[in-house]
Amino acid sequence: MLKTARGLCAWMLGFMCLLVASSALAEEAERWKFNMTPGVTPVSQDVYGLHMQMFWWCVGIGVVVFGVMFVSMFLHRKSRGVKPANFHESTWLELLWTAIPFVILILMGIPASKSLIELYDTEKSEVDVLITGYQWRWKYEILGEDVSFFSNLSTPRDQIEGHAEKSANYLLEVDEPLVLPVGKKIRFLVTASDVIHNWWVPAFAVKRDAIPGFINDSWAKIEEPGIYRGQCAELCGKDHGFMPIVVDVRSEADYRAWLDEKKAAAAALAELTEKTFTFDELYAKGEEIYNRSCAACHLADGEGVPGVFPALKGSPVAVGPIDHHIDVVVNGVAGTAMQAFGEQLSEVDIAAVVTYERNAWGNNMGDLAQPLDIYNHKQGK
Amino acid sequence: MAHGPAKGFTRWLYTTNHKDIGSMYLWFSFAMFFLGGMFALVIRAELFQPGLQIVEPNFFNQMTTMHGLVMVFGAVMPAFVGLANWMVPLMIGAPDMALPRMNNWSFWILPFAFAMLSSTLFMQGGAPNFGWTFYAPLSTTYAPPSVTFFIFAIHIMGASSIMGAINIIATILNMRAPGMTLMKMPLFVWTWLITAFLLIAVMPVLAGVVTMMLMDIHFGTSFFDAAGGGDPVLFQHVFWFFGHPEVYIMILPAFGIVSAIIPTFARKPLFGYASMVYATAAIAILSFVVWAHHMFTVGMPIAGELFFMWATMLISVPTGVKVFNWVATMFKGSMTFETPMLFSIAFVILFTIGGFSGLMLAIAPADFQYHDTYFVVAHFHYVLVPGAIFSITAGVYYWLPKWCGNMYNETMGKIHFWLAFIGLNVTFFPMHFSGLAGMPRRIPDYNLMFADWNMISSVGAFLFGAAQVVFLYNVIATIVSGKKATDEVWDNPEGLEWTVASPAPYHTFAEPPEVK
Repeated sequence: MLKTARGLCAWMLGFMCLLVASSALAEEAERWKFNMTPGVTPVSQDVYGLHMQMFWWCVGIGVVVFGVMFVSMFLHRKSRGVKPANFHESTWLELLWTAIPFVILILMGIPASKSLIELYDTEKSEVDVLITGYQWRWKYEILGEDVSFFSNLSTPRDQIEGHAEKSANYLLEVDEPLVLPVGKKIRFLVTASDVIHNWWVPAFAVKRDAIPGFINDSWAKIEEPGIYRGQCAELCGKDHGFMPIVVDVRSEADYRAWLDEKKAAAAALAELTEKTFTFDELYAKGEEIYNRSCAACHLADGEGVPGVFPALKGSPVAVGPIDHHIDVVVNGVAGTAMQAFGEQLSEVDIAAVVTYERNAWGNNMGDLAQPLDIYNHKQGK
Repeated sequence: MAHGPAKGFTRWLYTTNHKDIGSMYLWFSFAMFFLGGMFALVIRAELFQPGLQIVEPNFFNQMTTMHGLVMVFGAVMPAFVGLANWMVPLMIGAPDMALPRMNNWSFWILPFAFAMLSSTLFMQGGAPNFGWTFYAPLSTTYAPPSVTFFIFAIHIMGASSIMGAINIIATILNMRAPGMTLMKMPLFVWTWLITAFLLIAVMPVLAGVVTMMLMDIHFGTSFFDAAGGGDPVLFQHVFWFFGHPEVYIMILPAFGIVSAIIPTFARKPLFGYASMVYATAAIAILSFVVWAHHMFTVGMPIAGELFFMWATMLISVPTGVKVFNWVATMFKGSMTFETPMLFSIAFVILFTIGGFSGLMLAIAPADFQYHDTYFVVAHFHYVLVPGAIFSITAGVYYWLPKWCGNMYNETMGKIHFWLAFIGLNVTFFPMHFSGLAGMPRRIPDYNLMFADWNMISSVGAFLFGAAQVVFLYNVIATIVSGKKATDEVWDNPEGLEWTVASPAPYHTFAEPPEVK
């Protein structure tokens, strides 16, 4: 009786251990992500299927080839006293192992060609998004909706430099995600303003080079609402690893609401252009904008990187005439990495950042720019 | 009749002897291998865990760029030219290379090219930071000033390669001993003959593309600038028209080395010699029509995508034939597993794995997920490290006794092999996983979900680096104090190189040998 109870206890304990172990195993498997995502679009699921099919073909071929090799390494070794054979030619065999791979290739290639044709069919889209790569942020424009905005990395420097604990979405989080409706055929038009970038969201199997001066297209019909993350997939300079993509897929109604919200925010911003700000307001905002948009190259302390990115501390531009300073920020400097920020930042932001640059790090010019000045500059006044 | 080498440093500076030049090429490549390896270790140290710990992103990009350039142009290519210098005349029964003075020149400009390339690390703005593939406009409008030195260094390397290739072709076509017909040549000679033609065909293309960059940077042209009517994608087409044959330049001579070693240690002639020659030629020809598979995501028309996908898949047929022939050579042989054989067998297995991932990458729709991720990094390191590096290592162990007359330490060789084999797989196998999980290449920092695989890769990389120190020690110890080797060295190996004394005299085959 006692024995049975003890046995039962042991079994239960064993079973519980197994449960714990298996859940721990599942957790580990989750942590050790090792395969391609099947994704949430018909194309991405197709691609995943192709990937797995190719994988199993390779495993099959590997088992045969390596199998023969290992058998021969085990059986046909001198230490077993084997005398070598002397055969070294067989036209029949050569033809056979040319023909069989050929047939296998055709079997692999046909479904791949079909998927490729589907992947290329960008016609009859319901939503068109223009995506522009910048060093090192993405600009999204919902075509026909008058909604356009920039999306920047939002991971704090502290986490990157190891002063704070890294969050789960470390380096895969942005200040303003792209919002898209579920179940609609969405066409992505991809281009760039400076160097080549690449817009990649694994869950959609969309990866397109963003090439300055050219527009590529791709499409996705996203079947499940959710947040999907990706990264730039073409080396684009220093902060290539720091320009993530976040797509927030919502129901049609929520997507509409987001569009309205965006439009309202844009209108409010336009109104601000009329407003006159105090020096302190501009300086504080300028610091924020500077650290987000300028510090990647010119560094937070304005020292720049000698030979690559000029210092702003004491630079002839920042302590020179303010009109020229505004011009450099708005129109960039042709033939260098200095971009035209006129499109990227609002009038308020540019006014703030110019004010900040003229007064930070001991530049102490004491003057400031108002949003209206920037507006007038852009209008050529 | 025969006289020995001159004394002192001028022996090396003025030498026209194929053995001296071969040795210099090999030592130079060994040095570059360590330099490129150190760059790699900086990369792996930074990627050991997420966050920025050791280097700045800009310096990280310089490291990936320099690692690629130094390994491709400094370690692998000169090593193969060095092996060709040493072995081609010995294998075909020639007294020396056909153009000995050009031979001297083609070596001696190399150290200057790499001194110039390495000096960019100390320039204002830093070394090239746009990847070894240097895509425009990142490498033109947005490049650091040192890019001009990089362009000049590439020009010199290209000139060196072209001269080396001309020399090898002239030697093989004109200097064979009587009776050494083309279809009697050892496979290493065949693969090098074909490689040399590839070099002559594509190195000028590389020179062209860097010259176009130079014009864009300094002379106001717009080859790669859309704003001036150019096209950034043109750069990629021209680059990869060079770049794809280039990867075969780095693997065909490897096929030749392995085809010499496996029969020796299987004690059985190479299976399917003629089909090996035809397969090598087929791979070389196909290499000219597959370049755009590196560019599946640039937005080519669908007809282009389909063409390049099918053409790329086709390459696996002749490559497969080679692997099957090596396996058939081993089959029913009487094998022993000395160090050269171990490296050769590892070559066959691991190169095949690299071939598998290559086949997966050829599938264009799937490539949209693989492209520019660590899956690609895993793929090309699986073909290049076990492919080029292991075959060169195997060749060094195989022929070192012939070169210096001393036998290497077998135990040490085996330790080197196992450390390198384990290190390589620990480094590069997890990269398949991090790539499939979505980690882009060429990033200095990454999300936590890639952390575990990266940590393993970094540990493996340091192990692999340590293995090469064992290699260096073993080579030096062999030369300085190895046991005397016999003239045949191995158990009845095939080839004219084993008919001369060990070490090979300074001048060999002054009288052409008899080839039956």
